[in-house]
Amino acid sequence: MPNLLVSMLEAKESKDGGSCRELATTLKSTLNYDQLTNCMRCGFCLPACPTFRETGIEAESPRGRIALMKAVADGLMDPDYAFETQMNHCLGCRACEPACPADVKYGQLLEQARDSVEQHTESHRWWVKLARKTAFEGMFPHQERMRLLGGALQVYQKSGLRKLVRGAGIMKLFPKHMEQMERILPDASYRGVVEQIGSVHPALGERVGTVGLFRGCIMDVLFTETNKHTVELLNAAGFDVVIPKSQNCCGALHAHSGEQAGARELAKRNITAFKAAGVDWIASNAGGCGALLVEYDHLLHDDPEYATDAKWFAKRTLDVSKLLVEHGRLQTAAATAVAAGKEQASAPAVGCGGSCSGVSFSAADPVRITYQDSCHLRNVMRSSEAPRKLMKSVANAEFVELFESDRCCGSAGIYNLTQPEMAGQILDHKMDHVRQTDAHYLLTSNPGCLLQMKLGIEKHGMSGKMEALHLVDFLHERICKE
Amino acid sequence: MLGDSVKQKLREIVGSQWFKDDKESLITHSYDGTPMLQSLPDGVIYPENTAQVSTILKLLNEERVPVVSRGSGTNLCGGTVPVEGGVVMVMHRMNRILEVDLENLTATVQPGLNTKQFITHVEGLGLFYPPDPSSMAISTIGGNIAECSGGLRGLKYGTTKDYVIGLEAVLASGEIIRTGGKLMKDVAGYDLTKLLVGSEGTLAVVTEATLKLIPPPKTKKTMLAMYKDLYGAARTVSKIIENRIIPATLEFLDNPTIRVVDDFAKLGLPLEMDAILLIEQDGDPEMVERDIARIADICRSENAERVSIAADEAEALKLLTARRSAFTALARLRPTTILEDATVPRSKIAEMVLAINEIAERHNVTICTFGHAGDGNLHPTATTDARDKDEIHRVEAAFEEIFEAAIRLGGTITGEHGVGLVKAPYLEWKVGPAGIEVMRAIKTAFDPNNILNPGKMFAKASRKRVVLGHA
Repeated sequence: MPNLLVSMLEAKESKDGGSCRELATTLKSTLNYDQLTNCMRCGFCLPACPTFRETGIEAESPRGRIALMKAVADGLMDPDYAFETQMNHCLGCRACEPACPADVKYGQLLEQARDSVEQHTESHRWWVKLARKTAFEGMFPHQERMRLLGGALQVYQKSGLRKLVRGAGIMKLFPKHMEQMERILPDASYRGVVEQIGSVHPALGERVGTVGLFRGCIMDVLFTETNKHTVELLNAAGFDVVIPKSQNCCGALHAHSGEQAGARELAKRNITAFKAAGVDWIASNAGGCGALLVEYDHLLHDDPEYATDAKWFAKRTLDVSKLLVEHGRLQTAAATAVAAGKEQASAPAVGCGGSCSGVSFSAADPVRITYQDSCHLRNVMRSSEAPRKLMKSVANAEFVELFESDRCCGSAGIYNLTQPEMAGQILDHKMDHVRQTDAHYLLTSNPGCLLQMKLGIEKHGMSGKMEALHLVDFLHERICKE
Repeated sequence: MLGDSVKQKLREIVGSQWFKDDKESLITHSYDGTPMLQSLPDGVIYPENTAQVSTILKLLNEERVPVVSRGSGTNLCGGTVPVEGGVVMVMHRMNRILEVDLENLTATVQPGLNTKQFITHVEGLGLFYPPDPSSMAISTIGGNIAECSGGLRGLKYGTTKDYVIGLEAVLASGEIIRTGGKLMKDVAGYDLTKLLVGSEGTLAVVTEATLKLIPPPKTKKTMLAMYKDLYGAARTVSKIIENRIIPATLEFLDNPTIRVVDDFAKLGLPLEMDAILLIEQDGDPEMVERDIARIADICRSENAERVSIAADEAEALKLLTARRSAFTALARLRPTTILEDATVPRSKIAEMVLAINEIAERHNVTICTFGHAGDGNLHPTATTDARDKDEIHRVEAAFEEIFEAAIRLGGTITGEHGVGLVKAPYLEWKVGPAGIEVMRAIKTAFDPNNILNPGKMFAKASRKRVVLGHA
């Protein structure tokens, strides 16, 4: 059997000889050679890399992957099937970037490599091609279609169809990781945050400034409540919040999957939407989206029409946690509310939307909390202190640091669906550390991480003892409802 | 070249997934931390135990195939670049701590063990392993032994050679030898342990090491002394030693280094200073207090603009970690960073800093200097661009003169990075023709067929020593 596999791979390699050469040409012109040269090969990135830690294989490290890219650019090797596989094996967590003293922009190199591969690939089967086309061109760019998808999911979840499917064991027909994912998927909504609460929300008390909320495409379908809570938190902290209706998907999934052109198009539309809204800041509550938003300047650096506005946009984008800590006055408000033992100003007492169902605590009960960093929030937006400051400021909540919270959980966009084996291995190690914290709430700052943590809790039999929540939902529960 | 039948035998020894000869594996084992060097091996092998190492070496010796053993490939002398092809032997799978002997205060470990993991482990047991090369977060103990790695604590605590007291190693023939032991004294014959430490994989493959551990210091204190005058900082280094104070760490950073390190680590270092000294003392609290106060006085008497003491251990650790990034951080300035480790007697530090700057200016190249000044070990680092052939040529010429200057001051061409490929042409300058002869004879005794890391240590031809126009 292994021999058969080897001969299949060999057949594939020889068949791809022609397109391989074309790909090599594209890679040579696309990869930033200065960045490739800037890698000193000092190896400081190796201990930061999840796939290197799992395998111990040099090729599975940032230094190794850059060496492979450079070898292709130098004509030392063909970008064969193994090359493509290795590029896809990277989680894209970018933990190597803060670890790199030479400041090599690994994330950009990876995207350039993947984009080139994608332009030439013939390896996708027809249904993968169709799925990619549907998702990248037909779905993500259109928020109203995303909502329809959310609606369909809602029908599935609420109509009894889910019960039927689960009862009949239909999910058993899917790979194990898909089956597990289906179980932990939160209740979807076909009405997004704007449809539910409108797009303009004035600050409570003295006004600090105007924030444009980036609602996100998946966030707005699967985590609409979190978006609503974000608005309320920002209002409570003194921000006017506007949610521009014409914004769309950030383009991160496109950019990370080698669809640069699609990502640029989406970026332009978002820039136009927020520019028109006249905001002081743009708030993101998803590390994965935020990381691309702050790199719009790089994404559009050679676009004559948008380069300047892209810089404007990138400079103003902050994660909601950093915005609250650095510019908001939420903590004072929370502290006063707690001290006075009364309901805070006029923060509406909304329910927690089913997101806090697993573990029941009232806002005043003492709880232990821990935090899994969103890789892109930490490594790209470079924001790891702000969420911790917020968590530590919450009354009756004891914050315990999760060992290696700065390491990827294996979610990595859609990596857990495309590379289930490696993702599962990484998740298992992560959950060993999570268990040690003995926390009631495991908080995160990104929907992908949140789903992965929910999956981990379910998979490792910790449901009922621990619950994964978005940091915003936890803060909302604890602060706005005091 | 590696024939198919040899490849097949190698697969049989380690199992087929642990021998690789695909392009990806060859490319990713064609380099180490040294700039501008790349050479493809013919295969990569990952042995699991000493017996496998022995069988592999026996086979490759019979077949006359070169073997380059390596850990994480972070060395800076081209020591693990397979310049003559052959097989790269990665020791990562042999990464266990076999024993920590709390009665004898020793640890026995396998070579693929990560240095930092080891340090953290023994610290957890209330013990101390001082060698701390800047690459320790990724380097391996085996790699440290092969290169006799130094680090920031070298001046007070010595380097790797001072902590390796016993070895198990496999000779080129496949024979397994054991040297030393858990012994503080042992004069039974030549000291093969010390000979193998720093032998750069040219004499044998280390498969197990017994390391000496010591009790940790009770406290430590870290301070920064900042200078507008580069030479005042350099003179301070010699003055501290002259005053019979041996700090645990005494690091020197010049202005460009301060800038790039701060850009990376965001410490708020004083960017307007020409040089800073990063000084740490450890030991009993009273002694530490007294030494730090005296060092501060010496700094001020040598015209330090400011002296500040780290508020707590976290801040101290940040400073030391930032210093460890200096070499790579300099790559922010230009694409290629070439770093050397010329070392002089500690009293000559100021003279050496002067010489480096004068040489750099004369050759019209940028050389930043930082390093473990306290043990006389400087890291003059050229920031350049490998694609500019003319400039690279001038950098090479400058470094030749720096080696020459170091030797003239009673120093050496390399203090801790090793000879490897890049300094092989200059080895004779330091040890003389008779010294080279003896070393070659030792090499032949261990490895008669020259299969272990060939092309390293001994150059095909030595460089003609540059004769400087001035004394």
